[in-house]
Amino acid sequence: MTRARRRRPYGVKSAPYVFLIPATVLFLLFFALPIGYAVHLSLRRTEVSGLGLGRGARKEVWAGLANYREALSDSELLHGALRILGYGAIVVPVMLGLALLFALLLDTERLRLRGFTRLAIFLPYAIPGVVAALMWGFLYLPDVSPFYFVLDKAGLPAPDLLDGGPLYAALANIAVWGGTGFNMIVIYTSLRAIPGEIFEAARLDGCSQLQIALRIKIPMVAPSLVLTFFFSIIATLQVFNEPTTLKPLTNSLSTTWSPLMKVYQDAFVNNDIYAAAAQAVIIAAVTLALSFGFLRAANSRTKQEGSR
Amino acid sequence: MKYRIVAACAAASLAATALLTGCGSSDDGGEGPAASGPVSLTYWAWAPGLDKVADLWNKGEGKKAGIKVTVKKQASGDDLVTKIITAAKAHKAPDLVQAEYQALPTLVSNDVLADISEEAGDVEGQFAEGVWQQATVGSAALYALPQDSGPLMFYYRKDLFEKYGLSVPTTWDEFAETARALKRKAPDKDLTTFSSNDSGLFAGLAQQAGAKWWTTVDDKWKVAIDDPATRKVASFWGGLVKEGAIDNQPMYTPAWNKALNTGKQIAWVSAVWAPGTLTTAAPDTAGKWAMAPLPQWTAGANVTGSWGGSSTAVTNDSQHKEAAAAFAKWLNTDPAALAALVKESGIYPAATAAQTGGALAKPPAYFANQPDFYTEAAKIAKGTAPAAWGPNVNVAYSSFKDNFAKAAKNRSDFAPALTAMQDATLADLKKQGFGVSE
Repeated sequence: MTRARRRRPYGVKSAPYVFLIPATVLFLLFFALPIGYAVHLSLRRTEVSGLGLGRGARKEVWAGLANYREALSDSELLHGALRILGYGAIVVPVMLGLALLFALLLDTERLRLRGFTRLAIFLPYAIPGVVAALMWGFLYLPDVSPFYFVLDKAGLPAPDLLDGGPLYAALANIAVWGGTGFNMIVIYTSLRAIPGEIFEAARLDGCSQLQIALRIKIPMVAPSLVLTFFFSIIATLQVFNEPTTLKPLTNSLSTTWSPLMKVYQDAFVNNDIYAAAAQAVIIAAVTLALSFGFLRAANSRTKQEGSR
Repeated sequence: MKYRIVAACAAASLAATALLTGCGSSDDGGEGPAASGPVSLTYWAWAPGLDKVADLWNKGEGKKAGIKVTVKKQASGDDLVTKIITAAKAHKAPDLVQAEYQALPTLVSNDVLADISEEAGDVEGQFAEGVWQQATVGSAALYALPQDSGPLMFYYRKDLFEKYGLSVPTTWDEFAETARALKRKAPDKDLTTFSSNDSGLFAGLAQQAGAKWWTTVDDKWKVAIDDPATRKVASFWGGLVKEGAIDNQPMYTPAWNKALNTGKQIAWVSAVWAPGTLTTAAPDTAGKWAMAPLPQWTAGANVTGSWGGSSTAVTNDSQHKEAAAAFAKWLNTDPAALAALVKESGIYPAATAAQTGGALAKPPAYFANQPDFYTEAAKIAKGTAPAAWGPNVNVAYSSFKDNFAKAAKNRSDFAPALTAMQDATLADLKKQGFGVSE
């Protein structure tokens, strides 16, 4: 009996590790290993000799940090980053603003067709990004768009949505259209989780609906606003579908419009996976730094407020 | 929370594993024993209906020879090149692959394609010289057998040309005049558009003017994209766009389809395969179009370039190169195979004997009003200027798209765009270590 007792704590101790093995193995195989391989590739390049035709004319050699130096000094990558910064400056505030507004409106007491409205706002999120971009692309082309037809009949000037500044608005519109519903649901869910007594107390103290929204609801859903903001930043940095789908429709979108498009272009069109790997690692590092930097800043603020 | 993340990761990874094994298990062709017994070949291709042509082989010649070919349908163009190169790195490339001519040097440079000059070199006489030389990449080896070609021609709305009193241009000067005349008579119409989204058309037009973009000099590549011939072509189209004589919007968009279908654009410089595209892009105007030779730089000449066209190549990974070459030879020279290719895949065969008569005796349905369509096409095809491709056509093409799109959009001079294209191509060759002659 004493023996059994001694053995039990041992078994209990090792149990968590045993349970962790499958997840760890899968994590290593399908997450750490590919990332490690990408880093490995980013440190290499091909070396061709002579005409590069025939056997053995091309070999893979060590490149050191050359791919990184090149990526960082590549003005196209930087311009791509600036372009999506401009794009994100439209998408994130508009999308989250609308999501918050819709969530608050849905949460008001006197509202009919709540379920239907919620579904209608959420529905675009269920449409695949490429399909959405194709659809909007169709609507943006003056010759086939019903909007332009109406504008034309009304004698109003029609903007060229696929060029210059309006292009950013046009791209942002697709993202806002598709993403607002999802963010609204996240915010709305946390609104529903606020205990009813708080509102009751507020109302007894003479709080108006607007004051309840501004002073109680918004501060109380701050964590989910942080979360949606975090998701939106990541989605913005990774924008690829919309510009890629709209690219064939206009002269104004280059094949390297966004950083990820440049990675794709280098890897799958120009056949330089080494340069593409280096760029991908840089983009991943920037995404990580930005999103976790933001999360940390947001967390420390909440903590400060908590200690006050 | 943490546990949930781990669980989600595990579930996702499991799903990924299932997918991977799913993909892996289907990829079993082409690696059978090299010894006796029926040989099984895999063929990556994108031409529609090619599986039906392969069936013809499997039931006839192939059955006799004990060679079975399975077609695996692919996406066309640049994607397939990358896919093949990746597969070849893993020594998993299929036995046969459909490759566009301009991709051949890239594939050869990546050591993907086998030299089949011994097995199939004897059919040289059945192809036009310009086409054959693309399959050899200018060397003594033979890396592919030509399958189809796309000589450039001039397509126009016959009824609208009559309505506006325009005559079919035979030279590029006349072409420019026609564009201007149409603008004067109907300011809201365009003769055609300059599109920046398909580099192949521009390459074909440059070939017609005599450009040879990649050549080899003493074991070194010479890039001549920014040469006098191409500059002439670029400034011609740039000038038309600048003065507003033609449109500057890309092809293959819903707006372009509509412009063709409603007669907003009344002509298109395209290749022999245009009827297929027009059938879907402008279905309402069937029978109203006509085809004429491409306008010339020198009056009375008969020179054209090509846009598109592909070949059948055997890979180095194939365990049965001889069998694969035998199939490639049958597919691209046997009359029955070529007839099936024309019928099922809608291609314009590269083998000269098959370019008239047989399946091509009748015009395409869309051009029912022009009974001698393919006789004319064969005459035009004879004047196809040779193409000169290099190992980084993909880089030059994407540079074309970006730089010419900008220039077309701003209706500015095309010369800087051409220089940028030359510079990008040269810089890429140097970066990869190719011997480059300046």
